[in-house]
Amino acid sequence: MGGGGGGGGGGGSRREAIERELKKLRAEREDLDGRIRLLESELEAVPAGVSGAAAGKGVGDGSCGGSVACQSRVGNGFAPDGGLPADMIYRYSRHLLLPDFGVEGQRKLSQSSILVVGAGGLGSPVALYLAACGVGCLGIVDGDDVELNNLHRQIIHKEAYVGQPKVKSAADACCEINSSIKVVEHHHTLKPCNALEIVRKYHIVVDATDNLPTRYMISDCCVLLNKPLVSGAALGLEGQLTVYHHNESPCYRCLFPSPPPVAACQRCSDSGVLGVVPGVIGCLQALEAIKVATGVGEPLCGRMLLFDALSARIRIVKLRRSSPGCTHCGKNSFFTEQDFQKFDYENFTQSPMSDKAAPSVNLLPESARITCRDYKKLVDNSEPHLLLDVRPAHHFQIASISPSLNIPLSMLEEKLPTLETSLKETGEASTLVVLCRRGNDSQRAVKLLHEKGFASAKDIIGGLQAWGRDVNPDFPVY
Amino acid sequence: MERPKLDQANRRGGLELLLENSTKVHKVEVTTPKDGQGKVVEVTTPKDGQGKVTMKLLLSWVKDNLIKERPEMFVKGDSVRPGVLVLINDCDWELCGGLDAELEEKDVVVFISTLHGG
Repeated sequence: MGGGGGGGGGGGSRREAIERELKKLRAEREDLDGRIRLLESELEAVPAGVSGAAAGKGVGDGSCGGSVACQSRVGNGFAPDGGLPADMIYRYSRHLLLPDFGVEGQRKLSQSSILVVGAGGLGSPVALYLAACGVGCLGIVDGDDVELNNLHRQIIHKEAYVGQPKVKSAADACCEINSSIKVVEHHHTLKPCNALEIVRKYHIVVDATDNLPTRYMISDCCVLLNKPLVSGAALGLEGQLTVYHHNESPCYRCLFPSPPPVAACQRCSDSGVLGVVPGVIGCLQALEAIKVATGVGEPLCGRMLLFDALSARIRIVKLRRSSPGCTHCGKNSFFTEQDFQKFDYENFTQSPMSDKAAPSVNLLPESARITCRDYKKLVDNSEPHLLLDVRPAHHFQIASISPSLNIPLSMLEEKLPTLETSLKETGEASTLVVLCRRGNDSQRAVKLLHEKGFASAKDIIGGLQAWGRDVNPDFPVY
Repeated sequence: MERPKLDQANRRGGLELLLENSTKVHKVEVTTPKDGQGKVVEVTTPKDGQGKVTMKLLLSWVKDNLIKERPEMFVKGDSVRPGVLVLINDCDWELCGGLDAELEEKDVVVFISTLHGG
């Protein structure tokens, strides 16, 4: 009977729903059982009267005195010297099975404290692996909030955390993986005024930041406080990795006494980065941090690893040693903590301590510039004009204002005849309006155009970013 | 050796952008001015009449022959610009004599532009 069949179908979907619910509950029970077992074994390992479970999440700048949690816990009662607590044996058994690592390696790891600076593309795998592998205390510094355009590479953050502080998101993820370690959130941008105080609390520092001035600052700070620095960097399809200021390896200043010209500093927010690339480098940073913490193996001291994702090549090169004449780590260095706190790293490198804020240029007189709102009026009034978009072709393909002519800035000079033809088609009296992503290249283009006789050329202040913000909120910014 | 060859000058980490076709690997033959047929050239060390190619000479040659735009992104003065790591056979050129390092046939010279992103 049709009705019966329909009823049976309804019963079937109800059945499925119940089965789903059961499956979910069973999984939760399994999870709870696991946590109960973990706590029970922890309880067994702790003698009565001693509060053992000092581990957990510390917010703010609470001290991270080595690993309080692990140091206060005693062994399992079945091994000489007490051995590791029973819960650690089970959790880290695959580490303990490694002859080169073993109990000693795991113990050292559990007594180490590591600071990860930056919870971004590099910091994500660093923090996840260091939490999972059982470092005693893991500190995370970052002043930023999670953004949707971070998620393709910053794998520690989930959609639900967009808009929340990265340190909170990262610390929550680490605690979910390993509730037995101490995770400390430092919700600040690391700066000369707070760096000494924060870094001082840790044994090892991992530089997982995204900008040049911060890299100089972290290196100087590590030299002053004599901490090994595991430094990684990634951009586009390439990555680099080395360990500074450890076992006679150089510091960042030994290698790069003077900062590069601003034009040579590419940022991920301008040049792009393939998500896996910082992932690979971050994993290797976690590995180097573990090696430094445990003394197992040969850390990348005095060597640099270069990763080329496109050709799938890894090259390891030999670096100079720490230079005796280095202004910061050399024997006769007189760079003090007071000097450090006063040092202006942004001025020194001429670039901001952030990946996001592109330094903006100001090349043109007011008369050669218009706001995007004024440009909108010009369009609405049907004033004759030609919109020239000088972004690279692959940017133009993402999104553009129609109609516009795309001639990338790098090709503008050779394509002037094309421009001239297009301009004639729109009418002799038409204005030439130049546009780019943020309003810097458009100024460079207008400057060139003025020199070449295109006197009417004007640039749109703030570029497409301003357009998306002030005129058309539907325009997809990137 | 009158005409030493540099088998590869391999540039990466962004410097390829300064070159035509963005090529990363270049096989170059750097000739010394001795025979008067060299493409480049600048004699760097006095009495360098044996055709030795130094890093200083190579940099000058690369700047004149390979770099198509913005030379300031590659050189500063007679050395590389700050932020470029120079490697001779996978070894920091500071360990090989820097600008005075002498190159031999089949040597591989790599210019690494340091990355800061993450």
